[in-house]
Amino acid sequence: MSKYYLNYLDELESEAIFILREVWAQFQNPVILFSGGKDSILVAHLAKKAFYPAKIPFPLMHVDTGHNFPETIKFRDDILKELGVNLIVGSVQESINDGRVAEEKGKNATRNALQITTLLDAIEANKVDCAIGGGRRDEEKARAKERFFSHRDDFGQWDPKNQRPELWNIFNGKHFQGEHFRAFPISNWTEMDVWNYIKRENIAIPSLYFAHEREVVWRQDSWIPNSEFLVLEDHEEIVTKKIRFRTLGDITITGGIESDADTLEKIAEEVSGMRQTERGNRTDDKRSESAMEDRKRQGYF
Amino acid sequence: MLDNNQLLRFTTAGSVDDGKSTLIGRLLYDSKSIFEDQLQAIENTSKKKGLENVDLALFTDGLRDEREQGITIDVAYRYFTTPKRKFIIADTPGHIQYTRNMVTGASTANVATILIDARHGVIEQTKRHAFIASLLNIPHIIVCINKMDLVDFSEEVYNKIVREFEEIASKLLVTDVRFIPMSALNGDNVVNRSTNMPWYQGAPMLHTLETMHIGSDINKVDARFPVQTVLRPQREGYIDYRGYAGRVASGIFRKGDAVTIMPSGFTSKIKGINLEDKELDEAYAPMSVSITLEDDIDISRGDMIVRSNNKPEASQDIEVMLCWLNNSPAKPRAKYSIRHTSNEQTAMIKEVVYKYDINTLDRITGDTELKMNDISKVKIRTTKPLMVDSYRENRTTGSIILVDDATNETVAAGMIV
Repeated sequence: MSKYYLNYLDELESEAIFILREVWAQFQNPVILFSGGKDSILVAHLAKKAFYPAKIPFPLMHVDTGHNFPETIKFRDDILKELGVNLIVGSVQESINDGRVAEEKGKNATRNALQITTLLDAIEANKVDCAIGGGRRDEEKARAKERFFSHRDDFGQWDPKNQRPELWNIFNGKHFQGEHFRAFPISNWTEMDVWNYIKRENIAIPSLYFAHEREVVWRQDSWIPNSEFLVLEDHEEIVTKKIRFRTLGDITITGGIESDADTLEKIAEEVSGMRQTERGNRTDDKRSESAMEDRKRQGYF
Repeated sequence: MLDNNQLLRFTTAGSVDDGKSTLIGRLLYDSKSIFEDQLQAIENTSKKKGLENVDLALFTDGLRDEREQGITIDVAYRYFTTPKRKFIIADTPGHIQYTRNMVTGASTANVATILIDARHGVIEQTKRHAFIASLLNIPHIIVCINKMDLVDFSEEVYNKIVREFEEIASKLLVTDVRFIPMSALNGDNVVNRSTNMPWYQGAPMLHTLETMHIGSDINKVDARFPVQTVLRPQREGYIDYRGYAGRVASGIFRKGDAVTIMPSGFTSKIKGINLEDKELDEAYAPMSVSITLEDDIDISRGDMIVRSNNKPEASQDIEVMLCWLNNSPAKPRAKYSIRHTSNEQTAMIKEVVYKYDINTLDRITGDTELKMNDISKVKIRTTKPLMVDSYRENRTTGSIILVDDATNETVAAGMIV
């Protein structure tokens, strides 16, 4: 006699696969937004399952800030080969060169907000009608309000107060020319769920997630990696620490934590004991209480 | 590791004044699901507001307007896990104008929690919440009788409210109702058992959520598989492969089952059930799989694979309990796109049979205008048959939405009678 219910990871997986297949059925030209971080890797893994034995029937899109961890780019290129899918790159550097955006100035300048323009330009140029993202509702308070199928107007903007109601498992992706959708298949996953699933499925992730020795500087309560883009303040000092990253983004804003977790088992165990949210190490979210909401309204991931 | 742990989805209904946000905050805080930086943020805000204690309700604020106005505008989802289960909370606003959000949150819930302020007892809003929980066929209801500290933890007050609620429940289709006296503000009977109410023999809220039986919430009898898309790999080894991708809506499918394809009526047998490269002997709701059949049949999105000895009704005329969700009222005899599982057709609202007065729960006839938040029984005609079950029997194959082609907005949600 078998049990006829799914455990929570299987149910989350099933839900995500359902969403990915709905996207494929309802849109002409979807892409998976791929940053090389664990959440977008997970989405790609789920997409592989959703369409097997066919290949993932749409490309990956990478919004490249130019401030990458070299490991991420290598990982991205390897996964493309493995999945046999195409890549679309939106380059923030090109947006700067073309005068579409200007670099931020000041000591905490990042290219984070500049990505919005590059992303929206890439969506428009490639006639993308649905960009699938690895956003999760547990990440941040504005994200807690996101739909699975989230409408963007013809300026790429999100209107959180005027969202379409989303009932049962019926998703409405209808839109007019020039508008697009964002789809979030792993909306209901938490950071812990992601790690438990990665561990269970033994999914390959960039080495940056595992504890390693790295040159870092202590800034805004986390260890910011040394890179060619780092501008040292007078009082700051580069040290070598054994660290790992909980999230991956632009190398200039992604802070690491001191850790000895060098296996998936150890990471899952470490995460389960964490008392800080994962985005707590992202300086982009620390700018104000509504930093994420403001960026999302403009068209951010 | 929580290998066999289930996922439980529950919705919270109540207004700000009932202490709904405080209850959620308390549940998360006492189950140690709030992170230090989140707690730090609400401690700072509490201080800024000049509050003496940390206001746990601040934890559920999301959008800037919500923080400024102190109200919840839209459904927000919260997550927490205990060693027994993973929980998803659909936190829905309780104000009168936000019926649509409650319906949205309720649509996927196993459990509805309804908050009652012990000082005020059952009020119109309570009736509305109970009605929506019943309408959306949420299998379990937990009535949280909150703010017991403000009525001296009185058993008498509690019993009176239980009786009042039972009177409403007797008029509705609800099966499993439980009552918990609590004080969310102080944490009585939320996660930890209250020492202030020794007369209450039941479990605290979290224990109730962790242990209630939800394995029977999904229909396991009527095997229904709406086809989402067809997988045709066109590559070596799979040249003739046609896999029907979808999520089992209800029931159980096994290899070798005799199946019928609706609406065409063609029959075949299940050759294989796959999840990626894993071959499965059976698939049950809510599994996403792909199914292959013995025979080459024309099947596409919107079709439904069912077991041949148990078929849904194919009908162009359906009666629906409809909740209107849009600012623009329904246009008389206007056409809408109707979505039912993966099927999409054109539909017309032919007749409004009656409307509910959401406060008295009386049926009103003769008023045919469907406005935002109205709940009414309507007759709908579709251009082609839909393969339907009643919503009471099957929440997936018994539900529809209407989409206005002029705006592309989802304007109504319906439960097939």
